[in-house]
Amino acid sequence: MSAVLGHHEHAHDDHSHAPTGWRRWVFATNHKDIGTLYLLFAFSNLMIGGVLALCVRLELFQPGLQFFNPELFNQFTTMHGLIMVFGAIMPAFVGFANWMVPLQIGAADMAFARMNNFSFWLMIPAAVLLVGSFWMPGGAIAAGWTIYAPLSLQQGPSMDAGIFALHVLGASSIMGSINIIVTILNMRAPGMTLMKMPMFAWTWLITAYLLIAVMPVLAGVITMTLTDRHFGTSFFNPAGGGDPVMFQHIFWFFGHPEVYIMILPAFGIISHVVPAFARKRLFGYASMVYATSSIAILSFIVWAHHMFTSGMPVTGQLFFMYATMLIAVPTAVKIFNWIATMWEGSMTFETPMLFAVGFIFVFTMGGFTGLILAMAPIDIQLHDTYYVVAHFHYVLVAGSLYAMFAGFYYWSPKWTGFMYDETRGKIHFWWSLIAFNVTFFPMHFLGLAGMPRRYADYPMQFADFNALASVGGFAFGLAQVYFFFFIVLPMMMGKGEKAPQRPWDGAEGLEWEVPSPAPFHTFETPPKLNASATRIVG
Amino acid sequence: MKSIRNTPASRWSVLLAAACGMATSAHAVNDLPGGPAVNQLNLPPAASLIAQDLQWLHWFMLIICLVIFVAVFAVMFYSIWKHRKSVGHKSASFHESTTVEIIWTLVPFLIVIAMAIPATKSVVEMKDTTAADLTIKVTGMQWKWGYDYLAGEGAGIGFVSTIDAGHRELSNQGGPKAGQSVDDYLLKVDYPLVVPVHKKIRLITTANDVIHAFYIQSFGINQAAIPGFVRDAWFKSEKVGDFYGQCSQLCGKEHSFMPIHIKVLSEDDYTKWVAAEAKKAAAKADDPAKVWAMDDILARGEKVYAQNCVACHQTSGKGGGAIKAIDGAAVVLDADKTKEIMVLLNGQNNGAMPAWKTLSDTDIAAVVTYTKNHWSNQTGQLVQPADVLAMRK
Repeated sequence: MSAVLGHHEHAHDDHSHAPTGWRRWVFATNHKDIGTLYLLFAFSNLMIGGVLALCVRLELFQPGLQFFNPELFNQFTTMHGLIMVFGAIMPAFVGFANWMVPLQIGAADMAFARMNNFSFWLMIPAAVLLVGSFWMPGGAIAAGWTIYAPLSLQQGPSMDAGIFALHVLGASSIMGSINIIVTILNMRAPGMTLMKMPMFAWTWLITAYLLIAVMPVLAGVITMTLTDRHFGTSFFNPAGGGDPVMFQHIFWFFGHPEVYIMILPAFGIISHVVPAFARKRLFGYASMVYATSSIAILSFIVWAHHMFTSGMPVTGQLFFMYATMLIAVPTAVKIFNWIATMWEGSMTFETPMLFAVGFIFVFTMGGFTGLILAMAPIDIQLHDTYYVVAHFHYVLVAGSLYAMFAGFYYWSPKWTGFMYDETRGKIHFWWSLIAFNVTFFPMHFLGLAGMPRRYADYPMQFADFNALASVGGFAFGLAQVYFFFFIVLPMMMGKGEKAPQRPWDGAEGLEWEVPSPAPFHTFETPPKLNASATRIVG
Repeated sequence: MKSIRNTPASRWSVLLAAACGMATSAHAVNDLPGGPAVNQLNLPPAASLIAQDLQWLHWFMLIICLVIFVAVFAVMFYSIWKHRKSVGHKSASFHESTTVEIIWTLVPFLIVIAMAIPATKSVVEMKDTTAADLTIKVTGMQWKWGYDYLAGEGAGIGFVSTIDAGHRELSNQGGPKAGQSVDDYLLKVDYPLVVPVHKKIRLITTANDVIHAFYIQSFGINQAAIPGFVRDAWFKSEKVGDFYGQCSQLCGKEHSFMPIHIKVLSEDDYTKWVAAEAKKAAAKADDPAKVWAMDDILARGEKVYAQNCVACHQTSGKGGGAIKAIDGAAVVLDADKTKEIMVLLNGQNNGAMPAWKTLSDTDIAAVVTYTKNHWSNQTGQLVQPADVLAMRK
């Protein structure tokens, strides 16, 4: 990110055609600049989504309505979900991909530099539409991030704004995905075969295909919602013979691959951090690639496990239950591979490794609750309760977000040219880990006791765990503010130790073959690689 | 295996409450039999065999998962402890082993199959809604439940079950005050669903407006109620008593406020209840041709308002936010009384104000009269059921 601000360090290889000032960002075509833009955008959304989550936790601190009316409360839960999924996690991973994919595969830049610019700048109006919908008549969308029909048909104009925003974000994602696929398939340095490619590039290649496959499905389903709302169609409106369950099928046909879109790149990051700090090659590289691919393929045939209570025939329930449970197998293989990578290593625990180990430990808990929820009969008891809320925050916060933190600490020395403060990084890790578990662990109990999710008020028996979760939530939010002001900002402003070219002695890959901070242009001529395609020779 | 039972949560909850020192210490709240217990840690005590199976299944899964979790992470933390650079461990160079990889792919696969077998049995049992003794249609509405007894003893009974207006108001006022004990807070309804014990009850779910879900853990039921569609579920209670649940599918503003209360009676008591209901129904039937006096219809209107309107329009009639005020509203003050009747019958603003067609002519006439003669609205207009009947198409 100080490739951003500290341009003096690499002025010597900045050619005169590189724009400066605001033009550098608005007209950005450099993958590193666009990556930075994506990451900053995602972090802003993380903060907005976080504030909404804290509003939810504030209202739920005690039984009774103290701060917000239930309608506004529903808007908070809905917008928290939409903003975190589409505004924070997805763009953040695209930011990582922009920065790291060309560096990892020895490419000069992304394949379509101007489309790259466009796919970033499309996100701004979309985010403005989403967040701005709070000030529309009737307030923001209050139908849940899943915008189930026919509740979505009752919403005010913000629903239309949301649909438009999702269309734009979808277009942006598709462009980003095409860019990543073309870059990876065509621009690898000579000698880097697919099976020598770094895991992060692999996971993103698979993710990009998932995105291209399912974003049009989302676009379709929200367009049908739009025409139901305004043009008299009845795709989902039962009053005209439409089928609200069909909405759920189409939505989750998008929605389930979507959750893997949000976790596969995380697997990629962890597959770099663990070997680097164990000083040992990744165990079972090939099986990692196959496991990732099988998760991606399975993700298309499990969608109806989100709908066990919607009512489907016995055979349907059994099929989706079995298929979902199968996903545990490749996921388990990944966990085993990471642990086998650590086994007999020579480990140190700098912040990236702490977040990676934290990821493996806490994400696995989310994986197990996922397995429990996959059992259709148990799901019936827990569907739409806080147990589900706990489950998906264990995989999305302790999963995706922790992996991004691991990736940030691991790669940011390369981005900015400065080391983060190790003590502060450790404080950030332990603070986040404890606060996260204080927030979300009690939610398992709330769900088992039957507290439905998206409730603005609840029976008094649930009061203690809710209070505990609220305290944890605020602590977790504060930890991320600390992260920005005490870790990210100093690095961007060029404070701290200068980062060497190879800050991690166990790290492998082409990104460590270029100086820190990475020059504005890298690999302008294709590098010659060694046999394992991890170093430049000659 | 069935001996695994729910540990009484209270013991733990004392510890937990002491540890967190939080909300409930200020609120004296007790466990609610058939509903949530204070700081409950697991599924509630089962009241049906299915729910009991589910409890067993959950323990079965939890134990397997915990054993695997502990085993896997014991290995990881052992490695973290022993294979550190700081203790001088040098890294090995192995990075694959086909044998090991095949084993750890196959073993989870077999475990997953072992898990699927008992789950399959439960799925099949839960889906078998045949041979029911009593069939009840459950209709989700924004935001209340309608119950219609379709077949079996009590067929023909039908009523709507709404959250206790006092509880809803208490919620708006910030919830129960310190020291105030409301064990069934937000779970109390005006008319509970009444069923006999040891009888197979089939529920047919549907909805009037958006999707709701009928969720009662004690019986292991969580079934979406979908407008335009019917779905079914069943339960057979093994216990007499009161059981509580809530709507589990986001259905709009008052989603948190449409609880479910099932009262399970002994067979004799149930028969008595059916007889009493039949008598009440006969007495209650309103003649739409009846001409009402102002005072009588105002009293009726006040009740209808409290049951249906107050959640949005408030006791003050002022509404709030997107909800329009009734007090001083042009359509209410209008000399043409059909205008307000049309709003009630058809709804307004894309269903933000829902259509209230399901109310009887008398109820609509009463609430229209009430709103036209309450707060600052002193129009003196009196609407009769016949006026409403004339407006229905």
